[in-house]
Parts: sequence; C-alpha cells; structure tokens
Amino acid sequence: MTQQARNWLLLAPAGTLFLVMLIIPLTVVLIFSFGERAPSGGVVPAFTFEQYANLPARWTAFKNTMTLAPVGTLSALIIAYPLAYFLAVKVDSKWKTILLVMVIVPFWTSILIRSYAWIFLLGGRGIPMVLDWIGIEGVRLINTPFAVLMGIIYGYLPLMVFPIFVSLDRLDKQLLEASSDLGAKPWRTFLQVTLPLSIPGIATGCMLVFILLMGEYLIPALLGGGKVFFVGNALVDLFLQSRNWAYGSAVAVALIVVMLITITFYMRLIGRLGTSRDDVSIM
Amino acid sequence: MRIYATCVYLFLYTPIAIIALFSFSAGRHASQFQGFSIKWYGKALSNPFVMDALETSLMVAVASAFLASVFGTMAAVALQGIKGLVRTVFDSLIYVAVMIPGIVIGIATLIGLVTVFDQLNPLVSTLWPTGFTPPKLHMGMGTLIAAHTVFLMALVVIIVRAKLVGMDRALTEASSDLYATPMRTFQQVTLPIIFPAILAGFLLSFTFSFDDFIIAFFVAGSETTLPIYIFSSIRRGVTPEINAIGTMVLGVSLLMLITAQLLLQTGGKKNK
Repeated sequence: MTQQARNWLLLAPAGTLFLVMLIIPLTVVLIFSFGERAPSGGVVPAFTFEQYANLPARWTAFKNTMTLAPVGTLSALIIAYPLAYFLAVKVDSKWKTILLVMVIVPFWTSILIRSYAWIFLLGGRGIPMVLDWIGIEGVRLINTPFAVLMGIIYGYLPLMVFPIFVSLDRLDKQLLEASSDLGAKPWRTFLQVTLPLSIPGIATGCMLVFILLMGEYLIPALLGGGKVFFVGNALVDLFLQSRNWAYGSAVAVALIVVMLITITFYMRLIGRLGTSRDDVSIM
Repeated sequence: MRIYATCVYLFLYTPIAIIALFSFSAGRHASQFQGFSIKWYGKALSNPFVMDALETSLMVAVASAFLASVFGTMAAVALQGIKGLVRTVFDSLIYVAVMIPGIVIGIATLIGLVTVFDQLNPLVSTLWPTGFTPPKLHMGMGTLIAAHTVFLMALVVIIVRAKLVGMDRALTEASSDLYATPMRTFQQVTLPIIFPAILAGFLLSFTFSFDDFIIAFFVAGSETTLPIYIFSSIRRGVTPEINAIGTMVLGVSLLMLITAQLLLQTGGKKNK
C-alpha cells in the first residue's frame, strides 16, 4: 500500500462523518431557509426570501443577544485581566500550574449545573434573602438581565483568563525590567509594554467568549425566565415548539452570518494592531 | 492583587460548593439546610428515571468518546503527511466543527437527518424482502452518538496533532532506516509518544459528551440523557435531589478532567 493510499484510508471515517453529519446538515439548513412552511410543519421547497424578510419579527432576540453578549464579554475581560496578570507575572512558578488549572477546570464541568447554582443563589432564598436581612428589601434578581449577565460572567470567565494568561506568560520579563531601569513608573510600564503585548490574548479571549455567547441557550433559559431571551432561545422555540423549520433555518443562517462577520471584523482589527494572532488551545 | 485573586477563586467555587453542601441537607427544601444526611443521594440513585438517563448518557459518552479518539487519531496522523487542498479542507472542517455553536450543530443535525431519513425510509422498505418489518431510521441514540462524535473528533485531532508536531522527526526516520514497516513504526514509536494525548482526548471527549445538553436536546429523539433530565426537573422546581445529582455529575467531570490534565502534563515532560 502506498503512503497516499494509506493516508486516504485513515481519513475516510473522519471525512465520511464530516460529510454526513456536518456538511449535508448545514446545506439542508441553508436550502430550507429559502423554502416555505408546509401546513403540516415541514418545509415546501421554494426559492423565496420571505423568511429572511420576516427576520425583524424576532428582533428582540437578536437585540438581547447583541447587547448582552458584548456587555458580558467586556465584563468577563475586566474581571479576568487582573487575575491573568497575577497568575502570569506575580505568582511563583511552583504554584502557577495548579492555580491556572483551578481556573480552567470549572469551564469544563457542566454549564447546566453551574447555571443551576445561580438559580439557587439569585432566587428568593439566596442573595435577596441576605439583602433583606441587612435591610434592603424587595430586591428581585432572578429572571432579570442582571441574572443572565451573572450567569454569563460565571460561565465564561475561565475561557477569558486562559488566553490572556498565555500571552502574558510568554512576555519576556526582561522587557519589564528594562522599562523600569529606564525610569518608567510601574503603571507606565504596564500601559506601554505589558498591555500592548497582551492584546493578542485579549483578542482571542474576547472572540472565543463572544462567539460562544451568541449561540447561548441555557443561561438565558434558566436565569432569564422567558423574559430575557437570546437567538438560541428563539431557535429552540422555532424548531421544537412551533415547528417552523423554514423560518427557523433563516434565523440560524442569520446567526451564523452575524458570527462570521464578527470573526472577520475581529481578525482585521487584530491585523491592524500589528500583532500576530496566536492560536491558543484551551488545554 | 492576592486578595483580588482570592475573591475571583471564591466567585468561581462558592456556587459549586453551595450546591454540594445543600445536597447533604436532610430538609425537604432545596435551599434550607436542616441537618446532615445522604438520603437525597439514595433517592436519586433509586429513581428509575435518573438511572435510565444516566445509563443513556454513559453509553453515549463512552461510544462517542471512543469513536472520536480512534477516528480523530487516524485523521491527525494522516494529516501530518498531507498537504494542499485536502489538508485545507480538513483543517477548515475541524475549525468549523469546534467553533460552530452547539445549538447550530443540534438544529442542522436534526433537520438534515430527518430530511435524509424521510427520503431513505420508503426506499429501504421497498427494497426490503416482503414479510419482514423493514428497519426504520429515526432520531435516537445512534444519531446522538454520531453528532457528538463529529465535534469531539475535531477536538481529538487538535490535541493529538499538537503532540505529533512536537515529536522528534528523527525518531520515525531512524525507525524506517532500521527497516521497520510504517505500521511497526507507528506501533512502536509514534503510538507510545502520542498515547497520553489520545487518552487525554478521550477523557475530555467523555466529559463533553456526558455534560452536553444542547445537542442532545435536538438530536436525542425520544431518548433522555442525564442533562436533559436535569434541565426538565429544574424547570419544574429546585429540589434537593437535583443538588445531589448535580454534585455527582460535577464530581465525575472533575475526576476525568484532573486525570486528563495530569496525562497531558506528564506526557509533555517526558517528551522534553
């Protein structure tokens, strides 16, 4: 058997799975998005832009997603950066790995259980009860945008810390020494040396979190209580409840397009900042 | 700085700790701690719905993690020796499979497969010998395993490839110079080096599949996995039983993750 034949054989199962479970299904979604809804709940093949013209009907879902996803990403960044800095620059190398692993591990555990924990904390017998006790009465936290934001920050913080840590850890510590030897104050060293050099990490973290947030379903479903819903919740409703596959497909395609635009925009932005995009795998 | 870091760690672990703590409460209410007891664990483990869901989840997780590890490793090894268009196509498919939101994978798989099955089922039943009930393709455990395998396979390719890239090429060259067949070189040189990465990939895949809610929600058909069971129970109200199940699920994931981490790290050191 030649080298090439062997390689083809090795790729065959992966290739078949990609074709049957990824390429064909995504193509069907694209085709359906131009179709019409059948009375029975399926899709009548057609070529119409009717479904796309109808997208504004789900505007609230898109609006919520496009507000809470950036706000959530930014909040996670603000909380994550000092921690990543601490881990990369201040912590003894002996403790570094274990502390980093402790940040990442929650991310790999069930997001369902972790969001459930917040139902518990934000619900009537959780934080509001504590507030009540110290004299602040009548605070409602669960089923508000704030609850969804808390869930988002809690769920995605680890994913933000990791890439920033990697870029700060790679940073040549001699640069910091050189900067202070030349008389720069610590905050100036930070602004002019550390921060610019950590931009690739910031960008990677923000992009990862933002992309995942755009497809989020569980956090708004559990903590938003039907009042704060994302595109993901609209999709579940369209596919599993009202069974409007044609319209649902159009919403799904719109979501993917918005995501692609965001990614492209991000890549451009990072390219312009003059730093190379560094690929960071999570583990 | 140190205080800040402590606060973030508290933020990350307090909610989990509270769930674990309340799972040991003897009270009927999920959010009142009334004496230590493990009765809710007993309740959860003797609930037939929970056990059914757990069994489904475990079967799906083991099958898809195994398939993903095997197919993913095969693809990673093959992609080492391939350049040009095929390589680009596979690289972008791997990228797409990892980056695309779970909800889109779920939806696409659901409507894609239902459409294909609707075409295939009449065909199968006409071709099937009369007198026998023809098999009917439908959404269920098989489709769920396949859907999980696709994106887990992409994950395994990424992990294994990182190890293959870091591997000293001289080793495989030396092996073939000593007249080892490619199969033997793979068995005796490449495989022992990348094995920790494959195992880590398997454990991560298992955890992912076991914890996945959104893909299963669309693709599982009439099957109920543990996350689907938990989700529908939460919607009916918070109970101490869910705390117990949640704590067990977290425990299993933590165990798998720590093992995977250790494997990736010791493997990394040996290589240096």
